[in-house]
Amino acid sequence: MTTTDAIRVDDLKVRYGDFEAVKGVSFDVPAGGSFGLVGESGSGKSTILRALAGLDRSGWTGGIAFEGRTVARTRDRAFFRSVQMVFQDPYGSLHPRQTVDRILCEPLDVHGIADTEKRIARGLDEVGIPQAFRFRYPHQLSGGQRQRIAIARALILEPRILLLDEPTSALDVSVQAEILNLLVDLREERGLTFVTVTHNLAVVAHLCDRLGVMQAGVMVEQLSVEDLRLGRARHPHTRELRALTVGLEAP
Amino acid sequence: MKTFSREWLLSETPASRAQAAWGRRYRLLLDLTSNGLAVAGFLIVVVCLVASLGAPWFATHDPSLQELGNRLARPSATHWLGTDELGRDVWSRMLWGGRVTLGMVIVVVMAVAPVGLAVGCISGYAGGTVDRVMMRVTDVFLAFPRLVLALAFVAALKPGVESAILAIVLTAWPPYARLARAETLTIRDADFIAAVRLTGASPARIVLRHVAPLCVPSLVVRVTLDLGTFILTAAALGFLGMGAQPPSPEWGAMIATTKRFIFDQWWVPTAPGIAIFMVSLAFNLLGDGLRDVLDPKQR
Repeated sequence: MTTTDAIRVDDLKVRYGDFEAVKGVSFDVPAGGSFGLVGESGSGKSTILRALAGLDRSGWTGGIAFEGRTVARTRDRAFFRSVQMVFQDPYGSLHPRQTVDRILCEPLDVHGIADTEKRIARGLDEVGIPQAFRFRYPHQLSGGQRQRIAIARALILEPRILLLDEPTSALDVSVQAEILNLLVDLREERGLTFVTVTHNLAVVAHLCDRLGVMQAGVMVEQLSVEDLRLGRARHPHTRELRALTVGLEAP
Repeated sequence: MKTFSREWLLSETPASRAQAAWGRRYRLLLDLTSNGLAVAGFLIVVVCLVASLGAPWFATHDPSLQELGNRLARPSATHWLGTDELGRDVWSRMLWGGRVTLGMVIVVVMAVAPVGLAVGCISGYAGGTVDRVMMRVTDVFLAFPRLVLALAFVAALKPGVESAILAIVLTAWPPYARLARAETLTIRDADFIAAVRLTGASPARIVLRHVAPLCVPSLVVRVTLDLGTFILTAAALGFLGMGAQPPSPEWGAMIATTKRFIFDQWWVPTAPGIAIFMVSLAFNLLGDGLRDVLDPKQR
């Protein structure tokens, strides 16, 4: 692999006390690529994402590099202009006492970006939220609208890499498709690099081109979505997950 | 657009930051006014504040004018609540005394709430060693019995309103710090705080702009519920002769100096007693109402 990889993870290990949540995981995501981390709850996939985002306070070992630069446990402000994250639960990821306007303004304020008016207006447009919603509070929005706001917040600093932590699992099935399509469109428009954590193989098939299957803190297999679709998975756990998804979809 | 009409305030699609903020406040006000007891408490508090602030106009006599020939008089047309042991008009003293008592309480609140909020939020958000040190300091202050510390202060300084305030402040802030810390601990690991950390914001900014505002409502509720206690403590200090000094009319001191007349001229100590009771009750009612409106956990 070359140094132009957007993300490079090398032998990442995360411990919580005596429990090793991630046991030496390595993978690369090329610039503009979309990588899926799949596994059951507790397999360590979200832990990897939080370590990537710099949210892990307990400490990890191994190497994480973004766009060729190795990062430490704590990140500088510039880091957050290139890497942003969307959280799983839109009911928990928006400050309950702040308006949409304030939520979108905060990243711009922190980075001292001046043209807030224009950026917020464009940010809302991009995620398909009417300008009239700009001064509403999160409790006045639906789950799908909230997740759109969360995506707008993540994109307002114009990052090149977006980390997605189960971006649709807290949403209604009909809304899930809308959000997934929005993410696909945004990725195409902006040439973003995605890392998506999910337990849903359908989401991976829609959003990613490669995936890594996690089981008990170990990445048991990496394969392309094409291989997954054609049933060319080698590891039994991948086949198991695939069988579950297929079984669910066939009535 | 700056018209404060009902439609403007309740609009589902506010057009500016100000409108959204005022709309939220107005909804809280509507919630609060639908609670009869809270409104009653609020009205009593307002009446007491207006009466004390307007003491020069509402008082019928000079509060320290002695009339020894007419001491311990029954309530009458000239002395509405009678006179005390030195022939001073009780009604006028009660109004002026409200300034001292309520003034003490207000100063205590203004000192206690911000200190408690700051200590609690910083301690809770920082965690680790900072948290441990700050909480042990809080424990030390919490360990002092309020009145005993007040007596120590009076011994070290001098009896008076200032010493009483200092004593109450020093012993009253730890519960607020604990409360703010507990709130902060539930908030600090929330996704919306993680999202703010992902903007690269400094810890100071996160605490000040994102954590503290969420701790304020529960602190406000706690303050209104504690105001009654503060009044009683201030009165108790006055009663023990450690608070406001004669001839300054303070409710607790008024009861203390006239308590020996309670069986024969009961109206003399009763009037300030009722004042203390009414204000404490009013603040408690208001606090209960505010808790129903503000406390997100009750919803």
